[in-house]
Amino acid sequence: MTAPATSMATPKLAIRHLNKSFGAGAQQIEILRDINLDLATNEFVSLVGTSGCGKSTLLSIVAGLETFDDPTSGTGDYSPVHIDGAPVFEAGLDRGVVFQSYTLLPWLTARQNVEFALQAAGMEAAERRRVAEEHIALVKLEHFANAYPSELSGGMKQRVAIARALSYRPKMLLMDEPFGALDALTRQQMQELLIEVWEKHRLTVLFVTHDVEEAVYLSDRIVVMGIGPGRVRETFQVDLPRPRPPEIVESEDFLALQHKVLRAIREAAQRLPS
Amino acid sequence: MTALDGGLRGPNTGEATLAHSAMNPTPNAAPPSIRPGPRRRKRRRGGLRAPISRGRFAGIAVLVFGAIALCWVAAAAAGVVRPIFLPSPMSVIAQLGKLAADGTLWNDMGISIYRIMVGFLIASVMAIPLGLLVGSYFTWEAAIEPLVDFVRYMPVVAFVPLSILWVGTGDAQKFLIIWIGTFFQQVLLVMDVVKRVPKDFIGLGRTLGLPDRKIISRIILPSAMPGIWDTLRISLGWAWTWLVVAELVAATSGLGYRIVVAQRFFQTNTIFGYILLLGVLGLLTDQLMKAAATHLFRYTTRGR
Repeated sequence: MTAPATSMATPKLAIRHLNKSFGAGAQQIEILRDINLDLATNEFVSLVGTSGCGKSTLLSIVAGLETFDDPTSGTGDYSPVHIDGAPVFEAGLDRGVVFQSYTLLPWLTARQNVEFALQAAGMEAAERRRVAEEHIALVKLEHFANAYPSELSGGMKQRVAIARALSYRPKMLLMDEPFGALDALTRQQMQELLIEVWEKHRLTVLFVTHDVEEAVYLSDRIVVMGIGPGRVRETFQVDLPRPRPPEIVESEDFLALQHKVLRAIREAAQRLPS
Repeated sequence: MTALDGGLRGPNTGEATLAHSAMNPTPNAAPPSIRPGPRRRKRRRGGLRAPISRGRFAGIAVLVFGAIALCWVAAAAAGVVRPIFLPSPMSVIAQLGKLAADGTLWNDMGISIYRIMVGFLIASVMAIPLGLLVGSYFTWEAAIEPLVDFVRYMPVVAFVPLSILWVGTGDAQKFLIIWIGTFFQQVLLVMDVVKRVPKDFIGLGRTLGLPDRKIISRIILPSAMPGIWDTLRISLGWAWTWLVVAELVAATSGLGYRIVVAQRFFQTNTIFGYILLLGVLGLLTDQLMKAAATHLFRYTTRGR
């Protein structure tokens, strides 16, 4: 089931009948089938599912980094992804992306990495430095602004990456297992930081993770995807109050929802391919 | 200094002990359970992948050079080999001194360095942009990679007669041979380096709305630069070989030419001296390139 768009307002992000397959002919593999998903403005939505359900591929397509099946066979005016009601065809500054791998450019300092993005966004040099410093401070790395990525820990690198993705004020943030490579403790700190930043600067977020606790803690809504091929199987509204303190993960409501989502993932993974 | 001087990197003492007992049975070694703590760390030196100090490293290297030189001196002094085949080190040094004093050596060296620099620069300046394109676009790869792969298996030496036919025996022919010997290898090496630029770096460039041209110049090139520098350093080593090959066959000056002349007059000491000189020049350029790399790409090692 997909979450029907509440027709009151245009969704920030709308995915309509998205199909994706790799290869051609007999070797064609269907990755995603008929994905429909809406994100309201400032909504935080997590995509969860077993590996191979295509959640990362879906995020890449939304980011404009991956192609989709085009039923019009390449006329160039079809896109299953819409932002503010308009179809989007390629990657751009309206979507900030945080990758799972560390994507800080190693020859630039933390601050210069943010400035790099701001320059691409066309910001004046004088302004760049100020905005970059502001965002480095937002992720609490003031003291590491002049450090090179080789001097930063994995968690710090991802904080800079988040600062960079936020700095040019995209319409939404797309995060592909951004904390997947971090150890449990750092991961938890990063989640707390992200939620703090997000509660301060509301933004539409599409977040891919395989960590259900993370999804419940961060999201307004959780979308469970199944395999064979990847599709949206179930959607859970997360009605936990905000702001969410770290202790919330021990509350009964939290754990109940976490179990429900886990069960849904397991069921979605077991369903036979069709 | 302890990290440099001591055993295996990191806290993995179990492995270090194992490495020691397997690799380094020194006379005073005893099972770790008998000897108490303080001596263990010392014994681990020289174990599997265990770092040794800079001084130790240099000492061992010098020792090996010294041992070989000593063998040479001994063999020459004992007269086991006729000097026409193996001149004594003293006669080699004396000959080099003589050639340096009358300017021949500096002249030969100057012309050879000039040739290698020009030939190598032409090859590099052409190979880097082409390697960037071939590594970045599959169309370019399809057009260039199989061709370059084919050409690079053709023996460079076989091009020498042809190169003389084409451009004569002047400097241009030396440039051409150096170019043939390095350019094709460089293209493939640069391509490989470019392909190793993380895919997400390119994805980042896309999400920032950068056009391909800027992704190449502002992300791929700087990201590949340490690797490209390394391929330059390696191919410069080869260039020395191609230079001498070209000079041996058809030249009226240069280090290779002097070696051929010396052979004609059975001046084995000159040949030895020049071969050693070429080795030193190669080593020197290599070290210079390495030093430049640590300076240029400081950011990769800071904080490590």
